[in-house]
Amino acid sequence: MIVPVSYYLVLSAILFGLGVVAFVFKRNVITVFMSIELMLNAVNLAFVAFARARNQLDGLIFVFFVVVVAAAEAAVGLAIIIVLARNRESLNVERVNSLKF
Amino acid sequence: MNLPVIVFFAFALFAVGGAVMLILAREPIHSALALILVMSALATLYLLLGAEFIAAVQMIVYAGAVMVLFVFVIMLLNMGLEERTDFSKLAKYAGVPLGFVLLLEIAHWLWRSPAGAVVANGPQPVTAFSTVELSKLLFRSYLFPFEATSILILIAILGALVLARKEE
Repeated sequence: MIVPVSYYLVLSAILFGLGVVAFVFKRNVITVFMSIELMLNAVNLAFVAFARARNQLDGLIFVFFVVVVAAAEAAVGLAIIIVLARNRESLNVERVNSLKF
Repeated sequence: MNLPVIVFFAFALFAVGGAVMLILAREPIHSALALILVMSALATLYLLLGAEFIAAVQMIVYAGAVMVLFVFVIMLLNMGLEERTDFSKLAKYAGVPLGFVLLLEIAHWLWRSPAGAVVANGPQPVTAFSTVELSKLLFRSYLFPFEATSILILIAILGALVLARKEE
């Protein structure tokens, strides 16, 4: 017997849920960023699981693109975080509220 | 219980444990290490699914490059412990319920959808995905998106340089 694909989907859903909880809960902007990466990883797992279920390779191509976008996003996001830390001397997301109405 | 199922549960446990550690850790560097644990466990699961190329990409690009970037920035800024402020009551009272509602919604969808049922019961081949076929697909059918990502990467590099540069 082989592992049913639904197991992977449930694991992916759990990881995504934990990522959302981390995103809302964490106060450090770097950790908030890491929880976004966690959610992207969970989505990747679902893509690979569906690719396996339908036995088509297109899902893997999507994972490839998600990884590329995540890498680009991490580079720009971390540069923004460095500027933020330089100007505010704090990484707490709740101290960065200049755009708040 | 046979071997693949045992391996799946072992690494699924690693992944979920890592994600929980990411939430509970107070030092950002501990969260980063927990995330590396999650990513490594997921790479093993990709191997179990037969996606060898994606497993390698996961280890090299995610657990390697992206997380080194994170660890590097944490080291550079060295901000220490996460402060616990209570500015936002919304996060406390809306965060966990929203997370669980989302989880329930996904579970409900998996349960109800015909696709989910097919996925759950359908027979799966044991063979690995062919990397040769994957590259053919990537460089033929998906050539345009592939080239577009190179522009995206270029813009990201330029953006990171411009943002992080010190103003004179």
